[in-house]
Amino acid sequence: MEIVCPAGTPAALRAAVKAGAHTVYCGFADETNARNFPGLNFERAEMREGVAFAHAHGAKVLVAINTFPRAGDEALWHQAVADAEASEADAVILADPGLLDYAKHSHPELRLHLSVQAAAANADVINLYAQSFGVKRVVLPRVLSVQEIAAINAEIEVETEVFVFGGLCVMAEGRCSLSSYATGQSPNMNGACSPASHVEYHDVRGVLDARLGGYTIHRVGKDEPAPYPTLCKGCFSAGGKSGHLFEDPVSLNAEHLIPQLQKAGVTALKIEGRQRSRSYVAQVVRNFRAAVDALELGRPMPEGMLAQLSEGQATTAGAYKKTWR
Amino acid sequence: MQLTVGPNQFFWPEDRWAQLYEDLAETTIDRVVLGELVCSKRLPFYQNRIPEAIARLKAAGKQVVLTSLALVTLKRERKLTAELIEMGVEVEINDLTTLAYLPDNTVFSVGPLVNVYNESTLRWLASRGANRICLPPELPLKSVGILATAGADLGVAIEVWGHGRVPLAISGRCYHARLHGRTKDNCQFACEDDADGLSVRTLDDQPFLAMNGVQTLSDSHACAAHQVGALARAGVAALRLSPQSGDFAQICRLYRQLLEGELNGEAVVTALKALDADLRLSDGFLTGDRGADWSGQRPQAGDI
Repeated sequence: MEIVCPAGTPAALRAAVKAGAHTVYCGFADETNARNFPGLNFERAEMREGVAFAHAHGAKVLVAINTFPRAGDEALWHQAVADAEASEADAVILADPGLLDYAKHSHPELRLHLSVQAAAANADVINLYAQSFGVKRVVLPRVLSVQEIAAINAEIEVETEVFVFGGLCVMAEGRCSLSSYATGQSPNMNGACSPASHVEYHDVRGVLDARLGGYTIHRVGKDEPAPYPTLCKGCFSAGGKSGHLFEDPVSLNAEHLIPQLQKAGVTALKIEGRQRSRSYVAQVVRNFRAAVDALELGRPMPEGMLAQLSEGQATTAGAYKKTWR
Repeated sequence: MQLTVGPNQFFWPEDRWAQLYEDLAETTIDRVVLGELVCSKRLPFYQNRIPEAIARLKAAGKQVVLTSLALVTLKRERKLTAELIEMGVEVEINDLTTLAYLPDNTVFSVGPLVNVYNESTLRWLASRGANRICLPPELPLKSVGILATAGADLGVAIEVWGHGRVPLAISGRCYHARLHGRTKDNCQFACEDDADGLSVRTLDDQPFLAMNGVQTLSDSHACAAHQVGALARAGVAALRLSPQSGDFAQICRLYRQLLEGELNGEAVVTALKALDADLRLSDGFLTGDRGADWSGQRPQAGDI
């Protein structure tokens, strides 16, 4: 199985490749990609150099252009697709039907992957994207169980890629405007969710409140670690109950499901985290590469290898287990 | 400008559900989208009332449209979606999956939960047979204007979210079930007690969101009363009103009076608050810094 690793910077790209990544994904330093964070992502020249470095080491590079182009400003996204092809990237990862249609007609040689931001959650819609735009691979949304992934693979011709480690969206990806409602910054339009620019911490008599857009969604004792206030992992009250009503502050770890995902026909395992450091990326890559190599050789899987990387957070297998719903 | 009533997003008992369409048949609206948008498990409870509601609305001269589900994953849901077209009325797609089942040359409309952010996507949907698109609620007025112009060139009517709690997210997980310590498969219909969704409050007890099964909505009701002038000038064809409990037919009448110039935006807001003193309004997606913002009492440039 192919390990697909995030790279937020050229240094992270080189670290991932050296650590054994089969494929690295990254984006340009603007609003065309869904991890549009300050100080992150690639200038055009860096992308060309990054692709050359990866290719020299036998690895591939995918360029994520997976926000939804703004009406009247589509040229910015079109340029990103053209520049990705010019940098000799192996594929672009797109979500917007209009941009897919543009890429299909204007860049017929360019390989297209469907981003998780398109939330293509069943075989019929995946086949529609394949037939309409010639998409070759689909990144599956994180709402599906392993059994459902196997059933999808039995009904489609294109490859599937699934998330196995890192941040976990609990809402259907690309179909969530919670952040936009609270802060004005939207994953779909701006490539940003629960942005740091709208986070405030308030120390109120020994209690630390974390607010996003003025909404208090975390409260901890002064000496406890203060989690980042991501909306869907915040603390709320409803119907007389309070707590993490949407999702606990957990991250995804599906390492123990790798053999099942392989049986389900999955082509590639994706690691989330273009915002992560190169040492984090390198360590995650090494561990996942060891796991898939063991699997290919019929050896037992190394276990619990990534626990310490989840930042002391609890981890979950997410929707891969049906009871998550 | 036309008035469209969107699908009821909540889980109501069948008699109450049927009464909504009985009332709407008597109300001066142009178009009604009905059917199940949020959760396929709700449908069996009122499914047998749908033909009667369609017939009643058609007899009253309304355009009637059936919505698809917002998120199609299960085999049962795929089958359900494929069968929509057999009902003999126009279909509104709220998940692109539905496109896979529409025969060639079928004319359809596109709901607010399909991501139409730009001219290219609009053009692609038009080439597939779309004749009307209700834009995603998070789009700002500037984008609405550009898309309304593009729509006019392609013969696609553009509709905008005008009133009601805003659908902000859809998930594979049921939050109502989770709140009650259950899973989606064993939800025991935890969402049926909350006719407008369940209020979700922050740690400061500030109303923020509303939980509706697998869907998450805004606490505030969007209200485009102050923007209808600007929307009309931009070439928007219709305003969408989303059903809620209370006197929804009266809410529809207020917006009709607004469009006819009989009431101005401020008068509509005053009348809405008279119906429900606790109603919190927002129009920030159209003209504010963020969705939750409300332009408030200030007279708006777009007011008529």
